[in-house]
Amino acid sequence: MPILTVVAAIMVIWYASSVGMNKKWTYDQAGRAGVEVSFTEMVADTWAQERPVLPAPHQVVAELYHSVFEKKISSKRSLVFHGWITLSATMLGFVFGTGLGILLAVGIVHNRAMDMGVMPWAIASQTVPILAIAPMIVVVMSTIGATDFLGKETATAMFGYQPAFMKGILPKAVIAAYLSFFPVVVGMVKGLRSPDQMQLDLLKTYNAGKQRTFWSLRLPSSTPYLFTSLKVGMAAALVGAIVSELSAVPLRGLGARMLTGSYYGQTIQIWSALFAAATLAATLVASISWIERRSLKKMGMSS
Amino acid sequence: MNWLIGVFIFWVVAYFLNVSLANSKWHKTRLVRLAVPTVFGITILVVWEGLVRGLQVPSVILPPPSMIGARIAVSLPTLWADLIQTFVKGALTGYIMGCGSAVLTAILIDRSPFLQRGLLPVGNFIAALPIIGTAPILVMWFGFDWHSKAAVVVVMVFFPMLVNTVQGLAATDSMQRDLMRTYAGGYWNTLFKLRLPAAMPAIFNGLKIATTLALIGAIVAEFFGSPTLGMGFRISVEVGRLGLDMVWAEIAVAALAGSAFYGVIALIEKGVTFWHPSQRG
Repeated sequence: MPILTVVAAIMVIWYASSVGMNKKWTYDQAGRAGVEVSFTEMVADTWAQERPVLPAPHQVVAELYHSVFEKKISSKRSLVFHGWITLSATMLGFVFGTGLGILLAVGIVHNRAMDMGVMPWAIASQTVPILAIAPMIVVVMSTIGATDFLGKETATAMFGYQPAFMKGILPKAVIAAYLSFFPVVVGMVKGLRSPDQMQLDLLKTYNAGKQRTFWSLRLPSSTPYLFTSLKVGMAAALVGAIVSELSAVPLRGLGARMLTGSYYGQTIQIWSALFAAATLAATLVASISWIERRSLKKMGMSS
Repeated sequence: MNWLIGVFIFWVVAYFLNVSLANSKWHKTRLVRLAVPTVFGITILVVWEGLVRGLQVPSVILPPPSMIGARIAVSLPTLWADLIQTFVKGALTGYIMGCGSAVLTAILIDRSPFLQRGLLPVGNFIAALPIIGTAPILVMWFGFDWHSKAAVVVVMVFFPMLVNTVQGLAATDSMQRDLMRTYAGGYWNTLFKLRLPAAMPAIFNGLKIATTLALIGAIVAEFFGSPTLGMGFRISVEVGRLGLDMVWAEIAVAALAGSAFYGVIALIEKGVTFWHPSQRG
C-alpha cells in the first residue's frame, strides 16, 4: 500500500512536469498558427506531442506496447529484437566473467602469493571507472576482426544462416564479462574465507584434505556471498553491454536505441528503451534472487 | 625474439620473488604487504611492454606502456583541462549535490514510517536499474556542457546514497534512544548527537560506492554529447582517430582520479568513524 502511494505520487509528478516542460512548445506552435489555446487544450496537447521534452507515461507505455507486441520480432523497430541483442551479449559476458571470477577467487584463497599480489589490485579496480574503456575495446576488437560469436561461415554451416545476435556480440560480451568479473572475485574470496577457525579445525580432526575442505565446507558456505555478488555482477554486465552498444557496429541493442533516439530527438524512443532496459535488469536480478531463495532453502541456510 | 625471452625470464624471476616473499616469515609486515602487489603490477607492465615489442603489435591495437607514459608527459595540459571539465565540474558537483540531497531526503522520510515503507523498496529497485540510460535524456534537457553531466551524476548517486543513509539512521537500538530520552534530548538533539553519528559508517559506505558511480556517470554522459573538452569526449574522439595512446592516457588519469577520490573519502571516514570496530583493527 505505501509503495502504491509512492508510485502514484511519482505518476502525478510525472504528468505535471510533462505539462510544465512541454507547454512552451505548445504555446509556440499556437502563437505561430495565431490561435488561442485554453488551459485544457494546452494540457491535452502536452500529453500528446510527437517529440515532447518529457513524454507522458501513457505515451511511453503506448510506444512500448507498439514496439514490443505489434512489430515482428525480427524487425529492426522491435524492442524485443534489440532487447534480445543486449540480453545475449549480457548473458555471454556474465557467464564468462563470473566463471573466471570464481576460478580466480579459488586461486586467491589457496595461494598466498596470489592473495597478496592480486587482491589489492582487484579491490583497487573497483574504484576505477572501467566503463571508460568500452569504446576502445569495441574499436580494437573490430580492427582485429574479432566481433562475431561464430564466424559467418561457421554459423551458416551450422544453422543455415547467421543468427542476428551473434554478429558483433564479442566486444560487448568482453566488456560485460570484465565488469562482472571483479565484484564476483571480491565477493567469492570473502565467501570462501567465511568458515571460521572452529569449523576448519573440525574438518582437520576428520582428516579432511585441502580439496575435501573446499568441496564440503568452503564452497557451500560461500553460496550466500556468491549470490549477492552475482546480483551486482549481473547489473554491472547489463550496464556494460548497454554502454558498449553506444559505439558498437552494427548499431543495435537497447543502448543503440537510446543513442539513435538522442540523435533524432525521439524522446519517446529513448524512454521506451530505458524502460525496456529497466525491465530487463529487474527480471534478471529477480530471477537470480529466486534461484538464491530456492537453493539456500534446499541447503538449509535460509533465514 | 630477445624481447620475448627477456619478458619470460623477468616473469619467472618476479614470480619466484613474490612466492618467496609471500611465504617468508615477514609476510605480515607492512613493507612486504606493499612490495608483493607492487612487484605484481610492475610485472604486468613489463610483460605488456615486452609482448607488444616482441610480437610487434601495432600501436592502433595495443600501445606499449612506455608510449602511453610519453603521451601523458607530452599532453599534460590537455589531460588537466579534461580532468577539470569532467571530474571537478561534472562528477564532483553532481556528487556533492546528489549525496547531499539524498542525506537530507533520508532525514526527512525518516520521520514518517509510511514514506519509508513506500520509498525504500522503490529506491532499492531503482538503485539496481541501469540508470546510466537516463544520460541521453538529461543531456537533451540540460545541454552539452557540464550541467547535464552533473545531473546524470546526481541521478546515479541519489538512490544508493538514500538507501544507505536510511539504513544508517535505523542503526541505533532502543536502549540508546531511551537514554537520550531520559536526558530530555528532543528530536534534533537525538538526531545530531546520537543517530547521525551512529549512521556515519553506513553513510560513508554509500559515499564510497558513489565515488565510482560519479566518475562513470560523468564520463559515459559525455559519450552522448559534450563540448570539445572532457575525458569522455577525448576518449570517444581519439578512439575514432585510432589514437589509442591518448585513450590509454585518459584511462590512466581516470583510474588515478577515481582511486584518489575514493582514498580521500576513505581517509575522512577513518577520521569520522574512528570509534567503529571495523576501523580499530
